[in-house]
Amino acid sequence: MTARNIIFLFIVIFAGTGGELAVTRTMKRIGEVQSFLPHHLLRVVLRAFRNGWMWLGVGLMAISFFSLLMLLSWDNVSFVVPVTALSYVLGALGGKFLLGERVEAQRWIGVALVCLGVLLVCVG
Amino acid sequence: MKFRHRLHGKTIFLIGLMALFGSLGDVLLRKGMEQIGAVSNWRPEALLTTFDRTFHSGPIWLGITSLCLFFIAYLLVLSWADYSYVQPASATGYLFVAIFAYLLLGEVIPRMRWVGVLVICLGVLLVGGTSPRTTEEEEG
Repeated sequence: MTARNIIFLFIVIFAGTGGELAVTRTMKRIGEVQSFLPHHLLRVVLRAFRNGWMWLGVGLMAISFFSLLMLLSWDNVSFVVPVTALSYVLGALGGKFLLGERVEAQRWIGVALVCLGVLLVCVG
Repeated sequence: MKFRHRLHGKTIFLIGLMALFGSLGDVLLRKGMEQIGAVSNWRPEALLTTFDRTFHSGPIWLGITSLCLFFIAYLLVLSWADYSYVQPASATGYLFVAIFAYLLLGEVIPRMRWVGVLVICLGVLLVGGTSPRTTEEEEG
């Protein structure tokens, strides 16, 4: 891993997680989707895009996407994608502190195992 | 009780779709970027050429389509399940990524990397065993 790759990895993780948290905020406000009919789904999507957080989320996800393309131009996908699993740590922290979700002990153990797995992927 | 069961079945089905389309999308993006070549020239005109080639690549568009399907499933499941449940639970996709990369792209995967991917999935299973929702619905 060169410094360049690490910088882009951080952009993928932070922009991606930030984007997901913003999109989640929007979808929680919209409430549970009950009908899976195409025109009902379209209405849900249109409603989501009337929310500012949705645009912020999609913008951050776009930044994350182009950074991922850069990483994928340099390294194998079987290396790049597992390493981006570091976003779990950020996801659990974000879910807890930004969305007020209760993160159980078992979830933290899972997150710790994900970290160990990423370490092994980097060593391998 | 019955409601909880329905919630779980629907959640697991959509998370399965997320894992499949998400991993296939990533593998297709790698195929496209492999054809385009490593980005190493940072001059604006060179980046613009790479950008142009990226958006004229078949595998990239197939990958984007697959990721769009992933995103739709993701949005739907997020409307009722917690983010810190959905994100880790969908990560069984990491195993699919390694398998697709090996089968479709012929990537050489060291044994330690397989072990690492399996440990990631184990972490994911632990996380997936927890309840899908801990916050209250906002509307009444």
